[in-house]
Amino acid sequence: MTKAITVSGLHKSFGKTHALDGLDLDVETGEVHGFLGPNGAGKSTTIRVLLGLLRADSGAVQVLGRDPWTDAVEVHRRIAYVPGDVTLWRNLSGGEVIDLYGRLRGGLDSRRRAELIERFELDPTKKGRTYSKGNRQKVALVAAFASDVDLLILDEPTSGLDPLMEEVFQRCVEEERDRGRTILLSSHILSEVEELCDRVSIIRKGRTVESGSLADLRHLTRTSVSAELAGPPNGLSHLPGVHDLDVQGQRVRLQVDTDKLDAVLRSLSESGVRSLTSTPPTLEELFLRHYQADLSEVAR
Amino acid sequence: MTATAYKVRPGGSRQLAGTGTLLRFALRRDRVMIPIWVGVNALMILSMPNTLENLYATPAERADLIQNTATNASFRALIGPVFDDSIGALTAWRVGVYAGALAAVVSLLLVVRHTRDEEESGRQELVASGMVGRRASLTAALLTAAVANAVLALLVTAGLAGQGTSGALALGLGLAGVGMVFATLAAIVGQFTESARLARGLTAGLLGAAFVLRAAGDSASDDGSSALTWASPLGWLENLRPFAEERWWVLLLFAGAALVQGVVAYELAGRRDVGMSFLPARPGPALGRLGTAGALAWRLQRGSVLGWSIGFFLAGVVYGGLTEGAADLVGDNENAREIFERMGGQSGLTDAFLAAMIGMLGLIAALYVVASVLRLHGEETSMRAEPILANAVGRLRWAAGHLVIAFAGSALIMLLAGLGFAVGYGKEVGPILAACLVQLPAIWLIGGLTVLLYGVLPRAAMAAWGVAGAVLLIGWVGPALDAPQAVLDLSPFGHLPKLPGGEMEWGPVLALLALAAGLVAAGLAGLRRRDLTT
Repeated sequence: MTKAITVSGLHKSFGKTHALDGLDLDVETGEVHGFLGPNGAGKSTTIRVLLGLLRADSGAVQVLGRDPWTDAVEVHRRIAYVPGDVTLWRNLSGGEVIDLYGRLRGGLDSRRRAELIERFELDPTKKGRTYSKGNRQKVALVAAFASDVDLLILDEPTSGLDPLMEEVFQRCVEEERDRGRTILLSSHILSEVEELCDRVSIIRKGRTVESGSLADLRHLTRTSVSAELAGPPNGLSHLPGVHDLDVQGQRVRLQVDTDKLDAVLRSLSESGVRSLTSTPPTLEELFLRHYQADLSEVAR
Repeated sequence: MTATAYKVRPGGSRQLAGTGTLLRFALRRDRVMIPIWVGVNALMILSMPNTLENLYATPAERADLIQNTATNASFRALIGPVFDDSIGALTAWRVGVYAGALAAVVSLLLVVRHTRDEEESGRQELVASGMVGRRASLTAALLTAAVANAVLALLVTAGLAGQGTSGALALGLGLAGVGMVFATLAAIVGQFTESARLARGLTAGLLGAAFVLRAAGDSASDDGSSALTWASPLGWLENLRPFAEERWWVLLLFAGAALVQGVVAYELAGRRDVGMSFLPARPGPALGRLGTAGALAWRLQRGSVLGWSIGFFLAGVVYGGLTEGAADLVGDNENAREIFERMGGQSGLTDAFLAAMIGMLGLIAALYVVASVLRLHGEETSMRAEPILANAVGRLRWAAGHLVIAFAGSALIMLLAGLGFAVGYGKEVGPILAACLVQLPAIWLIGGLTVLLYGVLPRAAMAAWGVAGAVLLIGWVGPALDAPQAVLDLSPFGHLPKLPGGEMEWGPVLALLALAAGLVAAGLAGLRRRDLTT
């Protein structure tokens, strides 16, 4: 049993809206898995299905080896969830909510709780309404990281945190991974995902469009190359996989499909290379490529 | 174009910028609430002359009534003194205090909803960041209450004009006056608490105090001249004497109080920050003891259970104290006796009065059960249920916590009402307790229906309030209007045995219990199967 989450062919509609349209997702036990997609792509809907809060119309869903709809309570005993928008009770203090959530899960490590409150600089005696958005998220994060669980499901957990707290959050995620816990991280902060995640899935319009390790995904995309040559370039425009070629005298800029990089380098070195920079695609470029597919469809 | 055109001067008229837009927005948001509340209040008032004409048809009967209220202090405490024997004056007497209290409740709800509620939810920040003056929100809230009260005054004046134009105008303006006094009072209270719920509770508590002052004053004097009566805005309403040589100058009291309170509210509002209050929220414990969904439900509902318990116990004491006098009051009036007997039962008048009052408390307890069950709906739609249910808590366990409080809580408050009767009346303790508890099957049926709506049709869950309102209307107005049995049978309360005094019938009681249990089970089955609202 190595998969923490397996989802295949998941469909979910709300009336006429098809929120999920055949989504697939595989999360290995012990990995940090990034879950990306533009607003409205179906990330939160997927997470709610994984939590057994919504019932799948069709498709297979397993969380920790069980069906989250029928075995919700058993599954939840080993899960901690942090929603993107944390709502608290106005007359309960943050400390009370942390302890309540802990007891409603597998239990709470009180030493870890104290340490996390310190690290996140949270005042646990304040009451619900008086917390800012970031502080409400800290309440949910402390409760999640201090809980004794196997799987953490984090839905845009850092949208209200400042950069210092973001750093604390990233250290906490790494510590959790080192303890062998599995983390599903839905996020819009791509640098965070790049830093933390072993593998990512990108979804769009309720479908998975990319899934794999960052190295795998980069392989499918373009690398930017800019070079200064000893002589004029030769035959670059005829090479397969070359895009956006821009030649100015002996200066060359181009984008190339990463798996065709070899041929381009050979062609460049035939002209003699004086200097060369090659930039692998960032996750942001990966993401934007899928996102822009949406935009161009709108434009059409 | 320069920016100077929009420069805000302290104290300048720009402080009210945006009031019109906010007022239109508030009226749009309340387009259902205001017509219903004002309509129900007006209907209650305008149906009264007809009822009274049936009840006290002859001058002799009316003279008798006046004589009786003059001598019965406990009845004056409940309704107030009568000043004239015309149908108009009797209408003003019979509805005045309660219609005034209802106008006050509507006004305070509206003002808190558009001021403190907006700040607490954080919506106010977004609104205030627009081209909105510092005083615009409070002004729009007070104007919204003013619109509701003006409509009520208009309806009452037009509807009762047949009984005498000036009396109708006086009653209409008096009711609106009570409304505006409590609207501005709510505006003040809202400056002191961060919680809208607390602001509503405190203002309603002040309204209760005004009722008690008036009641104490009226039991001490039979013409409203007690200083205690004059200390209460509800007492001003009776001292305005609609349909009994109106004292128009009393309206100045309403205007003056509303004006002074309004100024105080604006002064206070101008001295604090948005979202803050003069009584800041106290910090809570750093470590929590709550460990189960049930404990959380109790923590969330315990305040309201306590409030209802105190209210029902006191109501029992008051009605129990009135029981002896009620028999004298209704005494020889054949029609009133008939209505009481239709409401309460068929035997002696004391038992009929007890049964009618206990039945009324049962109807009100139905509101408790609806409110308590709908806490589930509130938790779900506010997204607080989602993280709870993402823990190792099943939906049924989560729901059970709130439902136990709803169903056992209604038994508790009915029991306390019975104990109140025992204190106030002192006789027939056993039969009265039995009468209180026999209301439970009907209360629970309403609760079961609420669970069903919530579980199966969560979007329509609020319709439970409509059901409770209809049952209340049938129970209160039905017997007085001599409604056909088919209509009375629609309410589960119509099927209960008429206790005390009547025969105990187990058949309908067990049938209602079984039906209530079935509704709860069906509702929970629906909750287990459906998607959570997101």
